[in-house]
Amino acid sequence: MSEGHSTYTPKTGLGRWVDARMPLPRLVYDSFIAYPVPRNLNYAWTFGGILSIMLVAQILTGIVLAMHYISDTTLAFGSVEKIMRDVNSGWLLRYLHANGASFFFIAVYIHIFRGLYYGSYKAPRELLWILGCIIYLLMMATGFMGYVLPWGQMSFWGATVITGFFTAIPLVGDWIQQLLLGGFAVDNPTLNRFFALHYLLPFMIAGVVVLHIWALHVTGQNNPTGIDVKSKTDTVAFTPYATVKDALGMVVFLLVYAYFVFYIPNYLGHPDNYVLADPLKTPAHIVPEWYFLPFYAILRAITFNIGPIDSKLGGVLAMFGAIAVLFFVPWLDTSKVRSAVYRPWFRLFFWLFVADCILLGWLGSRPAEGAYVLMAQMGTLFYFAFFLVIMPVLGLVETPRRLPNSITEAVLEKNGGAGGQPAGVAAAPQSKG
Amino acid sequence: MKKILVSLAAAGLVIAGAFGAVAQEEGGEAAPTHFPLKAPREMSWSFAGPFGTYDRAQLQRGLKVYKEVCAACHSLEMVAFRTLEDLGYSGAQTAAFAAEYTIQDGPNDDGDMFDRPGKPSDYFPSPYPNVQAAAASNGGAPPPDLSLIAKARGIERGFPQFIFDIFTQYAESGPDYIHALLTGYNEEPPAGLEIPEGTYYNPYFNAGVSLKMPPPLSDGQVTYDDGSPETVEQYSQDVSAFLMWAAEPHLEARKKTGFRVVIFLLLFAGLMYLTKRKVWADVAH
Repeated sequence: MSEGHSTYTPKTGLGRWVDARMPLPRLVYDSFIAYPVPRNLNYAWTFGGILSIMLVAQILTGIVLAMHYISDTTLAFGSVEKIMRDVNSGWLLRYLHANGASFFFIAVYIHIFRGLYYGSYKAPRELLWILGCIIYLLMMATGFMGYVLPWGQMSFWGATVITGFFTAIPLVGDWIQQLLLGGFAVDNPTLNRFFALHYLLPFMIAGVVVLHIWALHVTGQNNPTGIDVKSKTDTVAFTPYATVKDALGMVVFLLVYAYFVFYIPNYLGHPDNYVLADPLKTPAHIVPEWYFLPFYAILRAITFNIGPIDSKLGGVLAMFGAIAVLFFVPWLDTSKVRSAVYRPWFRLFFWLFVADCILLGWLGSRPAEGAYVLMAQMGTLFYFAFFLVIMPVLGLVETPRRLPNSITEAVLEKNGGAGGQPAGVAAAPQSKG
Repeated sequence: MKKILVSLAAAGLVIAGAFGAVAQEEGGEAAPTHFPLKAPREMSWSFAGPFGTYDRAQLQRGLKVYKEVCAACHSLEMVAFRTLEDLGYSGAQTAAFAAEYTIQDGPNDDGDMFDRPGKPSDYFPSPYPNVQAAAASNGGAPPPDLSLIAKARGIERGFPQFIFDIFTQYAESGPDYIHALLTGYNEEPPAGLEIPEGTYYNPYFNAGVSLKMPPPLSDGQVTYDDGSPETVEQYSQDVSAFLMWAAEPHLEARKKTGFRVVIFLLLFAGLMYLTKRKVWADVAH
């Protein structure tokens, strides 16, 4: 499925000269023009490209913001307001960047769920999936540290709560927390190192993205049927087919992003972050950014001790476990069939899992009291059961539906059984998700 | 398959509803722990919606209310006098307004601090020399700075209202809150509710049953030159609008730019869609 031997010959003399010495034009041609992609990719596959432009947008707006930002606890809040009021188009840059983080996460969640639905993590794409998980982890670290920089109330108290998790780790916990904070409490050293790391991590993300795309170009893309590419008729050239489809997906995504930036720029934020951080005044409810809420709900769901593990450590372990379990998904799923299109029971549990994540997200925004705690415990139980019980067991007991012989056959069946299919073959009622 | 999904969804709704009912009941008993007691009323603001603009006359009235009432205790330290030109004042008017204030400057060449009249590049001076003085004069709680208050306050809308808010572009929870708080003092506390000494009952306050700020406004307190009613209701609306401007001075530019961006992207998306259809026309997919 890899492109095989390159057939590219530069048209100009200069092109041939460069190509003989450093085949960068060839790499670009083979990766983004001639690269074969399955012909049946749906719009869920446009989110890889969308994520790339979001990363670039975040880096560009971030670099300009960093030119005006001051990472000092007495000046940070004011410098952000200076950006909002006095820097030319500063309000635009900051709202693009703040909402850009949210839309980066919206895109990555769709991208991850797409991978789960179509079994994109299964052999031979395990490393591709794991690299994606690493990118997601780096994104979380970057997003969290970025939220601290404006030095509002939620910045400060979010940083206090999240770095406090590490103290739950036996023996080395306090040491790790002090290393993160650069002291015993969130203060100027914390803000400075968070700013330095917030500037560094996006470039690390970009590096892992290169590996992610490299791995993708070795194994080739998965597709809605989950069947391997078998012949040339199964694929189309990346350009113009995938480029134009990706471009449409990107423009529509940017449209939604622009709607938030220009009309409801503070919708995804918290009012308390427009209040200067005050170490002596705890907000009524400390809530992280929306994209961390499911994990926050899992953290707070562990209200009981389990043997020697107290509830605090248990919560932290559950929260980190909820992310760590993603790394093992390629081996937790025992089914030979990749796509949920042909796995009715997996499809059911997949959508329940999506609903569970949304429920946990909502619970994360609620105070941890009364019925909410019980609901969060149920949600957490299902979250882990999905990966640790349902995935392995379902692969063994579920009878998948009949798979088409090839991507081309699946496509032709869907388009009305034309194209010389045997009359007896029933049209597969597959959906494109 | 569909049937299973539908029945599961129905079961889920029933369970969620039951939980919700339980949560409601628990909240109903004993002393209230969730604030505000009453949700703020949604007002109709000139700056709401995709084409919203500030009402200059209202902002000027709001500035007057701030200057004559709020400024006695509340600072506005992030707002520079020069930006008051946004309210429709000329450069000369702005300079004259700034000159009414006394600003401490220095040190001069002799090393002394000195007072001088304000300049347009100055910021609103604070009524207290420091936070401690502000707290000491106000029973321990320093009055918050008002520069960002219209974005720093907002009452949670709850499910499913927060979904609808995306489509209605509801972004005025700050001014709604300020207006509700300023007009919410005249309600009687429910029987049995204890109001701490030295505080004032206000069901719209977001952090308790009562607050230390006495009712700041009364009818006729501020004289308007444009014939607008001199009522608490009108003052509250005007100062809320002014504080929204103070918190988000570039709101009009934002919405104007946004309209162009959205139109551009809509056209671009349409063209991309047609291009995509043409490119894919000969390939079944």
